[in-house]
Amino acid sequence: MEVKIKGMKKEDFNDNEYLDNLVEELKANGQNVVVGKLDQLINWGRSNSLWPLTFATSCCGIEFICLGAARYDMARFGFEVARSSPRQADFMMVAGTIVHRMAPVFRRLYEQLAEPKYVIAVGGCAISGGPFRKSYHVVKGIDTIVPVDVYIPGCPPRPEAMFYGLMQLQRKVKVERFFGGVNRKKTREDFFRENPEIAKEEHVQE
Amino acid sequence: MADIKDIILGVCPQVTFEDNEVLTAVVPDADWHAVAAAIHNAGYRWLTALIGEDFGDALGCVYYFTSTVDNSKISAKVTTTDRENPMIHSVSDLWKDALLEEREVFDFFGIKFINHPDMRRLYLRNDWVGYPLRKDYDENPEINPVRLFHEAIDDTTTVYEEKDGKVVERKADVFTADEYVVNIGPQHPATHGVLRFRTSLDGEEIKKIDLVCGYIHRGIEKLSEKLTYPQSTHFFDRMDYFSALPNEHCLCACVEKALGIEVPRRAQVIRVLVDELSRIASHLLFFGTYCMDLGATTALFYGLRERETILDILEETCGARMSFNYDVVGGVREDLHPNFVKRVKDFIPQMRKGLKEYHTLVSGNVIFRNRLVGVGMLTKDDAISYGVAGPSGRASGWHCDVRKVNPYSIYSELDFDEVIMEGCDSFDRYMVRMKEIEQSLKIIEQLIDNIPEGDFVAKVPKIIKLPVGHWYQEVEACRGAFGVYIDSRGEKTPYRMKVNGTCLRLAGIVDHITRGEKIADLITIGGSLDYVVPEIDR
Repeated sequence: MEVKIKGMKKEDFNDNEYLDNLVEELKANGQNVVVGKLDQLINWGRSNSLWPLTFATSCCGIEFICLGAARYDMARFGFEVARSSPRQADFMMVAGTIVHRMAPVFRRLYEQLAEPKYVIAVGGCAISGGPFRKSYHVVKGIDTIVPVDVYIPGCPPRPEAMFYGLMQLQRKVKVERFFGGVNRKKTREDFFRENPEIAKEEHVQE
Repeated sequence: MADIKDIILGVCPQVTFEDNEVLTAVVPDADWHAVAAAIHNAGYRWLTALIGEDFGDALGCVYYFTSTVDNSKISAKVTTTDRENPMIHSVSDLWKDALLEEREVFDFFGIKFINHPDMRRLYLRNDWVGYPLRKDYDENPEINPVRLFHEAIDDTTTVYEEKDGKVVERKADVFTADEYVVNIGPQHPATHGVLRFRTSLDGEEIKKIDLVCGYIHRGIEKLSEKLTYPQSTHFFDRMDYFSALPNEHCLCACVEKALGIEVPRRAQVIRVLVDELSRIASHLLFFGTYCMDLGATTALFYGLRERETILDILEETCGARMSFNYDVVGGVREDLHPNFVKRVKDFIPQMRKGLKEYHTLVSGNVIFRNRLVGVGMLTKDDAISYGVAGPSGRASGWHCDVRKVNPYSIYSELDFDEVIMEGCDSFDRYMVRMKEIEQSLKIIEQLIDNIPEGDFVAKVPKIIKLPVGHWYQEVEACRGAFGVYIDSRGEKTPYRMKVNGTCLRLAGIVDHITRGEKIADLITIGGSLDYVVPEIDR
């Protein structure tokens, strides 16, 4: 089993060991041929029609608009349309700084995405707080609030970098097991188990 | 107007004057409202900036007023030594843009404004502890952790009223219990960012809008206080990211003014060239997103097509597509790329052709016109009172282009027109921007063949220390006047840096001009004002 992206060789990607480990794990557990093939078929479809949620707070969002326009045109890769409602989207490009006041709103949007859902942290601000890390009102990385699948560094990242990140997400989707238990590294429950504070706050206060 | 001193002294003889860059009147709070009324009557109808500041021994505000008669400036300073319960009289009845500006000061410094109709926090959550821009603010994250539950909805507000010389606290309603309130935002594709409108409706008509901002408040002003001047330039790219270069220009010009640095001619020309290029890029993005808001998705691709060409030109010279960090104190960071002149020359006819196309495609479209003409009327008086400068103010007939009324850099030598229209509606706000693209092209044409040889950056000291004092510098950014106020105590870092953009005023006017309009027009009106949310919140 090999993860293939049309038009880009495996050696050209970084972080291949992560996916190799996942593939190893899948192989070790053994897989039924029929179910395995069906999985591949479904993942082929899923990975080529990932729809993003229109979610942008600052500068990175403008590069995201450029990504959708004619010059870069992310529809070529299957990120067909950006949806304005989280209920219709597959993943969330967190483009921009998340601040204290936005954090609960952002969290609710994440919860509203239907499973299987993915999060991409775009730009320095979403990854760690970026240039505003020392501010009193900025969340120091969105991975303290929700689990993140792909990080795209940059300030803001170029559209090409965003494509690379989106393709990495496609590769991740392709090794996922759709039937018989999801093998994603981190589920929502795991995340809450690791961060009991967040889980507590969410349920107590709302 | 030399007699403004006499007018003020006539109202209150205790006022002292500081000779600064502009005349500063230090007014005791008890007489502040009377003095403010006198200043207002003397023709200073535009409250250009309202700056809260913690002076160390006192809390207070610095006001900058611009005359709509002769464009002169005057400044006033009001302080209070009470740190527990500081209070200053409000001027929001005279200048409407103080309505939001005073709430901002309350949010950051805890100064309560007497007779202000709505004293709530503006940017921070209503359960926030402390006032962050005070010098003694405790930044311990345990006091204000990231809270993942929603804040309580506020339907009441506090008013501090003066009755018989005593200040009485009173509760007032933002929305009454029987009002039908629809929430729009912060995650909404048509608010151009994370802005939230709580909209009270009567059927389809808007009764009132409560503006909630702060969803992207990053605390840039506080961060700047810990950084040196060259280190804080990059924040100016990330506020109003469409007019990144004019904003950097503003900060650098303010520091240069304070240090008395003469910027080489070549650097001046380069700055104006890139400023105008980014103005075109910004108006193009406005064109695209505005048409997309109205349902014409195709226009977005047309607007972005030309914008990408500009970004390519700027990228060659500045090294980035959006966050340039190109202006430095004394000039610009790098010289122009050898291709710059040729590519700009190629771009000018391309842009002219594009503009023609836009007008055929969009401006004359019947549906487009029907949705815009006569919608969102903003009178000239309201525009001035609310401080709505920039293209939106010029569509109401207000001469407010800083490049003309208060020229900086080399703008006074250039031949271009200030675009003024009298329609006061959304359509004219759109047309002003389209015509400004033509004027920017005209400026670029004049300069592109006459870039003088020489240094692109002046010799500046390695460590930039500003002398004691305060300065205010304004430029015309893509969305209107953009000002930077620096108060220096002779350190490497500013004691207080205030960023004063137009976007907060643009968002503040939405409530006023949408009243009585249909809710569907909220998008049209909001889009035509073209605010950028990270600049509102900073």
